[in-house]
Amino acid sequence: MRITLHIWRQKGPHDAGRLVTYEVPDASPEMSFLEMLDVLNERLTAKGEEPVAFDHDCREGICGTCGVVINGIPHGPRAATTTCQLHMRSFRDGDHLTCEPWRARAFPVIRDLAVDRSAFDRIVEAGGFIGVNTGSAPDGNSIPIPKKTADLSMDAAACIGCGACVAACPNASAMLFVAAKISHLGLLPQGQPERFDRAAKMVARMDGEGFGNCTNTRECEAACPKEIGVEFIARMNRDFLRAGVADRPEKATAGGA
Amino acid sequence: MELKSNVPEGPVEKKWEKHRFDLKLVNPANKRKYTILVVGTGLAGASAAASFGELGYNVKAFCFQDSPRRAHSIAAQGGINAAKNYCNDGDSVHRLFYDTVKGGDYRAREANVHRLAEISVSIIDQCVAQGVPFAREYGGLLANRSFGGTQVSRTFYARGQTGQQLLLGAYQAMERQIGTGMVKVFPRTEMLDLVLVNGAARGIVTRNLVTGKIETHTGDAVVLATGGYANVFYLSTNAKGCNVMAIWRAYRRGALMANPCYTQIHPTCIPVSGEYQSKLTLMSESLRNDGRIWVPMKKDDARPASQIPESERDYYLERRYPSFGNLVPRDVASRAAKAACDEGRGVGPGKLGVYLDFADAIRRLGEKTIADKYGNLFEMYERITDENPYKVPMRIFPASHYAMGGLWVDYNLMSNIPGLYVLGEANFSDHGANRLGASALMQGLADGYFIVPYTIGDYLAKSKLEKVGADHPEAKKVEAEANERLKKLLAIKGKRTPDSFHKDLGKLMWDNCGMARNAKGLETNLQRIPELREEFWKNVTVLGAGEEFNQSLEKAGRVADFLEFGELLCLDAHHRRESCGGHFREESQTPEGEALRDDQNFCYVAAWGFKGDGQKPELNREPLTFESVHLTQRSYK
Repeated sequence: MRITLHIWRQKGPHDAGRLVTYEVPDASPEMSFLEMLDVLNERLTAKGEEPVAFDHDCREGICGTCGVVINGIPHGPRAATTTCQLHMRSFRDGDHLTCEPWRARAFPVIRDLAVDRSAFDRIVEAGGFIGVNTGSAPDGNSIPIPKKTADLSMDAAACIGCGACVAACPNASAMLFVAAKISHLGLLPQGQPERFDRAAKMVARMDGEGFGNCTNTRECEAACPKEIGVEFIARMNRDFLRAGVADRPEKATAGGA
Repeated sequence: MELKSNVPEGPVEKKWEKHRFDLKLVNPANKRKYTILVVGTGLAGASAAASFGELGYNVKAFCFQDSPRRAHSIAAQGGINAAKNYCNDGDSVHRLFYDTVKGGDYRAREANVHRLAEISVSIIDQCVAQGVPFAREYGGLLANRSFGGTQVSRTFYARGQTGQQLLLGAYQAMERQIGTGMVKVFPRTEMLDLVLVNGAARGIVTRNLVTGKIETHTGDAVVLATGGYANVFYLSTNAKGCNVMAIWRAYRRGALMANPCYTQIHPTCIPVSGEYQSKLTLMSESLRNDGRIWVPMKKDDARPASQIPESERDYYLERRYPSFGNLVPRDVASRAAKAACDEGRGVGPGKLGVYLDFADAIRRLGEKTIADKYGNLFEMYERITDENPYKVPMRIFPASHYAMGGLWVDYNLMSNIPGLYVLGEANFSDHGANRLGASALMQGLADGYFIVPYTIGDYLAKSKLEKVGADHPEAKKVEAEANERLKKLLAIKGKRTPDSFHKDLGKLMWDNCGMARNAKGLETNLQRIPELREEFWKNVTVLGAGEEFNQSLEKAGRVADFLEFGELLCLDAHHRRESCGGHFREESQTPEGEALRDDQNFCYVAAWGFKGDGQKPELNREPLTFESVHLTQRSYK
């Protein structure tokens, strides 16, 4: 199949970028999208042109490294699929594909399609954990957890931190990402002691990193390769509110949910 | 060189307890005077960094990924073993120990494996406390499933994403320590070389992958938790970035490389679909709990699976190994699949595949139960192949997956270089010649949470370490060498891409040093790999500059090391004229075609020492003694 690509090329964070057109006249429907980019890059290199930079690693949809906005949709047209798991059979012969990086102020472009998502790590650092030291844990079966609760927590924990939610949101909001972590930990009995403090701290850091707010457009949910639902945002808002009203911690006044 | 394993005296079940008491401690107030460098942030690295930070050490942690949460441990699907005996099916620490030694085909160090089995129970407790959402029964307690090579259910899991959840637990624990200021993480940073001062590991040279800046970081000890080298085969289930650089550079500085020929070829991966293929995808081994593996009885049977009647199917694992059936260990299952395909009974395009069929399980348990257990794996399969495994059997084929070999370490997980610790897949110690399913996660976390935090204190307490800064002459020298090497890569300006060399190497490795090896094929590789390496250094092309984000340069450096390492792997495979675990030497098999071990001549760890470019590496042997488990020919029949 013949594919025409319009790829965002940007030398560095402070350079201007532009779309450059490339042809891949012989893509196979069995190829993954990234394999098609590999083929393009091998050919560009052979011609002495610098290959397109893009992030990728596991290529099986779990590490969360990859992410390309394809024709305006983060991770492309197929639901519940990361860019690396998207295959060319999802496109048609003759298609034009515009490939852009995640676009958000909090995710500066490093080069071409690669962006800096370290803001996510800093949000986790602010409180996205259960504070137990190694060696101090009771027996794993000492706290029974209803299967339903464990399953719901796992639904939230499935987040791969790819940032598609931010790229999809017209406000570049990170609420789905943050809500998933707050819910994963806040649903479990082990996560109760720090539950409200955690919500307050993570939300404060999220706002500090320059992510926008939620206006319920639900684009995040549609783009999420792990199908994490916006109901977790409601849960985060409840925990954040309670943190502010009943359990006010230090310095948790910034921002709002 | 004499290899001192430093295994403590006493009965195997008392060794670790005794050793922990004998280890020297560092006073809490003194811990903050030490800096530990941790390379790699997978299960082993992140858990070690977090635990060091909690103890009060200063930690610098490095990963090449853009976030420590993305280390390749994240891709482990099936689960983590622990001898909890929650299922009341006769499990015990001793049985997990026994299964692991046997599964490793008696090529692991007994004392290390027993310690691993003891610690396994604490790992589960630790992870639950961190909020890892393990699967639960309706009564609220933890659920278990069974895995290959065992007859009990001892595997804990979080859907098909156990590695992800365990890694997030360790990553979050490490992030918490970043918040307290004890740990500093350097993402998108690659280790290029190791700095030794007075023979001890005191620093690393790194490249910032965004800016290209080369730097030296120094400390009191270096911990390598940099994973395995399965990508030497080019196509593997490993992430694209996984590489051998850190442990290979340490080898070139004097660390011994142990058993590099022990590589695991995982039986259940999605078959190759074309030349452009960039990696292979694993389907969790847990699928073998309910899936039945078969091929047609007839050669070159072109009928679709649905039209092959029951009587013309060969469920070859159930036939050949009635007591373990589809749950034989990975090495056995992989070789049996290869044998079926070699006979011309393979299925799918290229005839390199066998069926993994869920029809019986769906009839017995219903589609919903199967979807609950394996739903995300089935979806992943469908996304890649465009076939629905609820309706047609999956096609699977073995693929390179894991490295049992790695840097040699003693009982304290320290290499022969003082102050250089090696954890998880990067070391050689616990899995012998074959790793059982759900044991990699167990080992990574055991090493990081519960072993190295104790043993490193003993080293620091006993050593007198002078202060070493980045301006130390040794550091400057190593930094200059690393710089030189990058410049050389950029200056070649040849005609071929790094990837094309990597593919050629991978093909040589897979064809002649894959699921089965023989002297002739290995000799071919020992000749061809140096030739390929020579061509690489003359004809590779790396565009762009060193002082920028340059993925071609990253790739070229990694391929250059694989081109050296692959030769050592083949040399090790060539010298080991026995079949054991993942290492199947065609010259050494039973009349039924099963692997034939040679304990008389090869019951040792082969630890290779670097002697200089173009020189033959030196072979050092650590004899393996078995006090608690009797050496027997493995049988899963």
